[in-house]
Amino acid sequence: MSRSSMWEAVREVVRRDVLLAMRRRSDAAMSVFFLVIVVSLFPLGVGPEPAVLKTIAPGVLWVAALLACLLSLSRVFTADYVDGALEQMVLAPQPLALLVAGKVFAHWLISGLPIVLLSPLLGLQFGLEGEALGALVLSLLLGTPTLSMIGAIGAALVLGVRGSGLLVALLVLPLYVPVLIFGAGAVTSSMAGIGAEANLSLLGACLVLSLFLAPWATAAALRIALE
Amino acid sequence: MSVNWSKYSAPQAFYPLAGRLIPWFAIVAVALMGVGLYMGFFVAPTDFQQGESYRIIFVHVPAAWMSMFLYVVMAVWAGIGMGLNARLSYMMAQAIAPTGAMFTFLALLTGAMWGKPTWGAWWVWDARLTSELLLLFQYAGIMLLRTSIDDTRRADRSSAVFALVGVVNVPIIYFSVQWWNTLHQGASVSMATGSKMASTMLLAMLIMTVAFWLYSIAVILARVRCIMAERESLSVWDEQTAVIQDAAEAR
Repeated sequence: MSRSSMWEAVREVVRRDVLLAMRRRSDAAMSVFFLVIVVSLFPLGVGPEPAVLKTIAPGVLWVAALLACLLSLSRVFTADYVDGALEQMVLAPQPLALLVAGKVFAHWLISGLPIVLLSPLLGLQFGLEGEALGALVLSLLLGTPTLSMIGAIGAALVLGVRGSGLLVALLVLPLYVPVLIFGAGAVTSSMAGIGAEANLSLLGACLVLSLFLAPWATAAALRIALE
Repeated sequence: MSVNWSKYSAPQAFYPLAGRLIPWFAIVAVALMGVGLYMGFFVAPTDFQQGESYRIIFVHVPAAWMSMFLYVVMAVWAGIGMGLNARLSYMMAQAIAPTGAMFTFLALLTGAMWGKPTWGAWWVWDARLTSELLLLFQYAGIMLLRTSIDDTRRADRSSAVFALVGVVNVPIIYFSVQWWNTLHQGASVSMATGSKMASTMLLAMLIMTVAFWLYSIAVILARVRCIMAERESLSVWDEQTAVIQDAAEAR
């Protein structure tokens, strides 16, 4: 197979998913709204003390981003599974892992990128400023694709299984722990004046590793689900 | 004389073999556990810093070792199952998960019981405790994934994929939690007591480890027999009555 046809297929997969999401914008908007609401609940629960809010900000923002990403996972494959498009992808001559990577990238564009773009605003709510805000955006920019990558494995494993919504959370959340630690750690350490580089590098390493391994695991899980 | 080992990859051949092996592993495991606990509680000297409370180490450390070791063994069986498409490998992976989860829980429980007198708290967010907790979550995830899928073949292969993903993730979790911990708090809860371990202590701990190991083999073989009895047609084998009894006891 020629290399150009492979990339063309990936581009088409991304284009199709983004187009579908644009046709039904409320779906994509929901996870962003969820993030905003969850983040806004914390000051109401913890109290409006600025010092406290500033301390918990990295953790709260990152956990909320993680949950928002988790909630949107069911959209990665379910619709294509129901209408049979996924089966065509498995049968396609292009490598399934590559098509999966395209779908995950589209998922990140739809539900991960809005979180990254919105995060400075939410950070301001919690009194983050300057370098810490930059670290928050950068860490989410590096971390959310990893979340989408790992989440896709879980989404593929529970495809068509009863109670899949809760099950995917139980499977995926423990796997999210390193990303959460490095992501929140980047913001915390930049607030402490140590600099976020170490944690951001580790987030980048996680991203590279998940880019390398997750599409294959997801493809294997999809093949099992569609058998 | 050479033995045709691959014969035992068929459940029909493995079933009676496992049945014959279980009593041996079980007896030696119980005997070693008796020796190890006796040495741990009566022979090993009292620790000069922690007093008698340290003696839970003889259960705690072997349980923690087994919890991690069994996860790797489970992932290896899952990988063999995926690679060779062998039913027995998947059954082994399925049989290992509950024992691994049990040892993880035991390690956490004894850790809490040890932490209260020495650290003054039932639970601290120490790197080892946290990664052990996450290991328990992964065991739970594997077992839940298996039980939610009705089709056996899909359940086998899906949980194998998840076990293999987990085995890549466990070291990453371990190191990330360790770095996270050093960032947040000092080494106030370091496990290194500074004193060199007395040789009787080490010996008792090793004996307990071997005992837990043999116990795991016995229990896993018993469980794999039950799984076979559930999955395969019972009439194929001559041990039919035993099979039904085992399956009834397992429920």
